[in-house]
Amino acid sequence: MRFGDVSQAVGRTPLIGLPRLSPDGYEVLLKLDGANPTGSVKDRVAAYLIREAERSGALTPGRRILEPTSGNTGIALAAICRVRGYPLTCVMPENTSEERRQALTMFGAEIVLSPATEGSNGSVRVAREMATADPGWFLPFQYGNPANPLAHYETTAPEIIADVPDVAAFVGGLGTGGTVTGVGKRLKRWNPDVKVYAAEPEYGDLVYGLRNLDEGYVPEVLDLTVLDGRIKVDSLKALEMTRRLAEVEGVFAGVSTGASLAVAIRVCQRLPRGAKVVAFSPDGGWKYLSTGAYAPGDLEEIAARISGTLWA
Amino acid sequence: MPTVRIPTVLRRHTDGASRLEAEGGTVREVFGALIEAHPGLDGSLLDGDRVPGFINVYVDDEDVRYLDGLDTVVPAGAEISIMPAVAGGA
Repeated sequence: MRFGDVSQAVGRTPLIGLPRLSPDGYEVLLKLDGANPTGSVKDRVAAYLIREAERSGALTPGRRILEPTSGNTGIALAAICRVRGYPLTCVMPENTSEERRQALTMFGAEIVLSPATEGSNGSVRVAREMATADPGWFLPFQYGNPANPLAHYETTAPEIIADVPDVAAFVGGLGTGGTVTGVGKRLKRWNPDVKVYAAEPEYGDLVYGLRNLDEGYVPEVLDLTVLDGRIKVDSLKALEMTRRLAEVEGVFAGVSTGASLAVAIRVCQRLPRGAKVVAFSPDGGWKYLSTGAYAPGDLEEIAARISGTLWA
Repeated sequence: MPTVRIPTVLRRHTDGASRLEAEGGTVREVFGALIEAHPGLDGSLLDGDRVPGFINVYVDDEDVRYLDGLDTVVPAGAEISIMPAVAGGA
């Protein structure tokens, strides 16, 4: 496929069968969004965040952009901002992997670190405080911007429908909630019987160490009514499935992929025999190598050791 | 008896315990027993007749909002997890 420039090469990612991992009588498929230009689903979201902001007039030439991110959205925004001339600053938890910082820095983005103990809640908090203190910042804010689910409604879901018109269920991970909300709404418009399940990473105790429950945060873009189930997946289960995916099907994916795949396999039994289940892979494993997630050794020990940084 | 995992933020009400056992055949009954034993939990676990918006309650990894809410059946050896709602990585 030939494109005029990299921005046009976003989306139309491969959807692959997983014949060796699918439970008997079911077909689990995997949408490989790591095949996007900067290596994650967030190329779709970043393109929509910038496009919608330019269209509305909120984003004017040369304006400084600020965004809370654990990596993927920042890297995707950084590539676009570099080309379109917007200075970008990303607020990231301090425990995110080195690969992500290097990619951001290479694209010319600045990084502000937020406390590891607050997880992504902390990045959201710090970014909001900075934007309130200095109105010069433009905050696309993926956690609250309808352009995020819209990207999935208009691009990800139609691709799935074109490839698997008889899809029975979709499983995506919960970060902002943009994927399950946008894809889920579009799939249910296509066929109201489609089931939508969210795989929720179980973070380490560290991230849940809020001082008050009031500090809890449900991203504004997450529409809980789209879901038919929300299933949490701990670090060990997600790591096990991520490795099985590599060993059995030859796919090297990030750990969120393992979480969604574990849920996809779990929900098969509640669907009619022959059902096709699409699981979503937001990225490949490359930028998590330094976390040790793929290193040799005892998996339980690895999961326990890195559960605080695995999902950051 | 079902086991309940208590998040860090609520352990000040459970003398620091991260796991507790409590009797009950539904989430509502288990929470009732928990609150009886640890009254400080009242107000954090229940919002009237619902699970409060800023926590998620799971029975064997399934969010009870998508099961039968507080009436969700809790099998004898089940694990109930209470987790604060947090922003995910993105």
